[in-house]
Formats: sequence, C-alpha cells, structure tokens
Amino acid sequence: MSKFLLKLYITGTTARSFKAIENLKKICGEEFNDKYDLQIIDVLESPQLAEDDKILATPTLIKILPPPMRMIIGDLSDREKVLLGLDIQKK
Amino acid sequence: MSVSEIFQVNKLVTGIPGFDHISQGGLPMNRTTLLSGTAGSAKTVFASQFLAEGIIRFSQPGVFVTFEESVADIRANMSGFGWDISQWEKDQKWLFVDAAPQPSESLLIIGEYDLGALLARIENAVKKSGAKRLVMDSLGAIFTQLTDTAIIRRELFRIAYALKKMGITALMTSERIEEYGDIARYGVEEFVADNVIILRNILEEEKRRRTIEILKFRGTNHKKGEYPFTISDTGIIAIPLSAIELKQHSSDIRITSGSEELDKICSGGFFRDSVILVSGATGTGKTLMATEFMKGGVTNDERSLLFAFEESREQLFRNASGWGIDFEKFERNGKLKVVCEYPEVAGLDDHLIMMKRIIEEFKPNRVAIDSLSALERISTIKGFREFIIALTSFIKHQEIAGLFTATTSSLMGGSSITEGHISTITDSIILLRYVELLGEMKRGITVLKMRGSKHDKDIRELTIDYAGMHIGKPFRDVAGILTGNPHQIFHSDIDRLDNMFNNG
Repeated sequence: MSKFLLKLYITGTTARSFKAIENLKKICGEEFNDKYDLQIIDVLESPQLAEDDKILATPTLIKILPPPMRMIIGDLSDREKVLLGLDIQKK
Repeated sequence: MSVSEIFQVNKLVTGIPGFDHISQGGLPMNRTTLLSGTAGSAKTVFASQFLAEGIIRFSQPGVFVTFEESVADIRANMSGFGWDISQWEKDQKWLFVDAAPQPSESLLIIGEYDLGALLARIENAVKKSGAKRLVMDSLGAIFTQLTDTAIIRRELFRIAYALKKMGITALMTSERIEEYGDIARYGVEEFVADNVIILRNILEEEKRRRTIEILKFRGTNHKKGEYPFTISDTGIIAIPLSAIELKQHSSDIRITSGSEELDKICSGGFFRDSVILVSGATGTGKTLMATEFMKGGVTNDERSLLFAFEESREQLFRNASGWGIDFEKFERNGKLKVVCEYPEVAGLDDHLIMMKRIIEEFKPNRVAIDSLSALERISTIKGFREFIIALTSFIKHQEIAGLFTATTSSLMGGSSITEGHISTITDSIILLRYVELLGEMKRGITVLKMRGSKHDKDIRELTIDYAGMHIGKPFRDVAGILTGNPHQIFHSDIDRLDNMFNNG
C-alpha cells in the first residue's frame, strides 16, 4: 500500500478541533499502520495556507496522496464514511 | 445631548452616485448590510463599485469575498467600468478571498463543522490591506456548497460580529427568486444583517426598469420606496428623484423669453430659475418658442442649451434660419449648444444621465427641451413621471431656466399626458392652440399660469413669419378655444348675457 499524505485544517484549540484530530488519528492508526504523514494546520496561525488551499470550513481534511485528491469537511465522526471518502476499501 | 444623538448610527459615504442621497449619508458604518436581488439585478456591480469608489475617492482599501464568480471573471467584468482591480491588488488596496467552488472539488461532509477557515482568511485579508470595506458575493452559493442552513446561519452571524469588531462596513449579496416576494432565497440571510437593500430589474410594459430600495436601516434614517438607477460606463448611478427639490431657493430675477411681446404678457419675462411648459398641437409653434427662447438667451450673453428629440440638426438649423435666427453663428461663438438625439437610442434613465452630464459640462443659463412628448414614447407612464421629476429638480437645483415643450394628442385643444405629469411641477404654463375663425385657421397663445407673478390672461393671436413669432391682439367674441371647440359669440348674445344679470 502506498503512503498516505494528509492535511487537516482546524481552527484553534476548540473541542471540535480535538475531536477531529482524535477521530482521524484513530482511523489512520488502525487502517494505515502508521504508514502516513499527517500535517495539522491551525488557520488562526497560518491563514495564508488556508487562503492558498482555498479552505472555507474547519475541520477540513485533504487527502493529497495517493491520487485522486479528496476533501472532507466535518469532525470525521462517522468512521465508515471517512474510509469511503478516502477511497479505502474495507479489509 | 439627546437620546437620538447618543445612539446615532454613523454612516460611511459610499461614493456611489445618488445612493448616498437615498441612504441619507451612505451605509451604516461598522455594520453589515444585505444587498438582495434577482439574477441580473446588478448586485455584483453594486458591490464591486462599493469597493472601487472607496479606493478611488476615499483611499479606503477593500476586501472582496467571492463565493460564486471566479476571481478572474470579476476582474474582467469590472474592467469595463474602468476599475483596474489587478493594479489595486498589486497595491494591496483590493484583496480577494476566493471562496468560489473549485471545479474539480468533490466535497464530502462528515460530522460538525464551522466556517473558521473562512473567517481566518477574511481577518487575514483585512489586516494585510487595512480594509475599511468588505463585500461578500453572493451568500446563495455558500448554501449550495455546504447545505446545512442552521450552521451557515450561525457562522454568518459570527462573521458579521467579527467584522463589526474590526470596524468594517460590509455588504453581503444574496439572490432572490421573485421581484416582489421573500427577501432572499434561503430565508435566513436577512436575519444576519441589520440592514437590507433590494435591487430590482423589473419588466414593465416590455421595458426594463432598474430600481433600488432601502428596506431597512436599523436605527437610522433613509429615504423610503424604490428609486430608479441605471448602469453607465462608470458604474451604477442612482436617481434620487425629487430628493433635492426642497433645497432650491427661488429668485425674482427676470429673463427674456426671446419675444418682447411675450415678456410683456408675463409682466417682464420668465423668472430665472423657473420651469416653463409650452403645450400645443403639432405645428402650433412649440419649436419656434424653444428657438426664440434660445435666441433670447444668446442675445443677452447667456449660455443656452437645446435638447432636441424630434428633429435633426439640419432641420432645426433650417427652421431657425427661416425665422431669421442664425444657430450656426451662435454655436461658433460658444454661447449655444444644440444636442439632437433620437429618443429610441437609449432608455429614459440613460437619457437623463446624458442630459445631466451635458448640463454639468456646458453650464448653461437656460435649457430648452423639444419635446418631452417624444421621450414619453420610450417609457412607461411611471418611468416618465420619475424622469420629469428628476430632471426638473435637477434643473431647478442648478438655478437655470428650463423651457419644455409638450405635444397634445388632438389638434384642437385637449391636454397631453406630459402635461398631466408635469403641470404641478412647472412654474409657468403656456398654451398654444389652433383657432378656427370664419373658416380660417389661426393660432392662439395664452399664459395659463405663472407662479409668483401677474400675467395677461387674454388668448391672443400668434402669427409666424420670416422674423419669428408675433403676438397680436386678443381674440374677442370667441369662446371655447381652450377646450378645442372655438365658436363665435355674437353681440346680441353678449348683450343678452349682460341683461340677464343686470335685471336679476
């Protein structure tokens, strides 16, 4: 399986941000066996990155690799849907 | 200090021509105003102009948040109004926040979210540019991207609140489905903003009419009702109708009508800042009166301006020379300007803008329009009434004399539609009529009203020859001229009438 490259945009240290990070790390740990890179970006600290990626909502998860690129908005609370959204076939 | 002073809402002068008048000073400062309208109602133009005028006139930078159109499209579309957005972007006076849907984007929503990223980007752009003004165009697109109305409403509140704290005066645009229906499509937009403006693009008797209405400004005043506006090559121009009428003061200086005899009838001429309506059937001498009025101005060294909507330049000049008046010489000396236009080449609003522009450039002392009725053809009754009111108040405001001609529909007597709209606004009304006497057609003239002055009430004979017009003796023993059925009264009748009252 090729390596996953993910970007997660959040706004500051809110409960929703933590929830999204937690949900994502759990899914990644279980599905990718740590074969992934995750970059977490706080829009309050790096608004210009959000501008460049044209992000509207937070949390927003972007899957950069492997292609195709995918974008998921929300706190990722539905594991099945997240997997579907990242094009991961269930084992 | 009174209560109203403490809670007074300040306004930010937008610089959009006419709008600051209707809004009595501009948009409520540090607040968000909703600008709603159907597709094609010029929301994006209005919003862009709000930023452009801020940069051009007041050196206030602006931020444009686009949810719908691409940045490239906005740059290209607005360059037609002479706004060089690319250059302003380089100078950091105009920044885009591009929130338009990306073409290849597939979007999945799982769980709760907020618009924190958008807010952070907006704050970033405001900080970078030092913006005072901000535009969000258009909210409808964000609802189609993100679908959850409750979340979007909550987030828009948050953005509006943040903008207020940053000292930003903002405009949010939103789509409506009908011209007279719900304020905005999703039914929540209007609750986000304290203030609501509606742009309309109405099809009325096969003619397009654009209007702007301020529906509410919380805690501050504005003019009520719909006002027409037009889109010129420099952007939107709103037409505040009679809004300026109250300011004008009247003068008692008299000016010549161009005819000594008519001046005599009017007790020494027209007032300098009055509006005169000349009404009559075709061929009764209306164009002649306008021509004489121009001659009177030029010979007294006044700048005179003639708008002609019925005849071509050649015709007008030939007519004038037939009456011994040399328009060409007048124009060469720079005292006269003749503008000929076909009414059909433009809408009434555009004609109004054109006429105002020429009046402002030429700075005439007197203006004649021949004829208003020709302009009536190209408009609805309502639109025409607004045009007349706007034009009259503009002319009066400039303290210049205006002479308008109007054509009556029937040859003998009767009144024109124009007259009905304008008669209460004009200061003087002169009637020209055909009079049939003993099998012969004659022309009659009478001054029906002259505000603030005595005038001769007779109906006199008007003759026209190579030296222009002449006013002769009053018609005696004729009745019913004004109603259009002149008939002779014989002396025996007059005697009988006299006797009736004498014998009581």
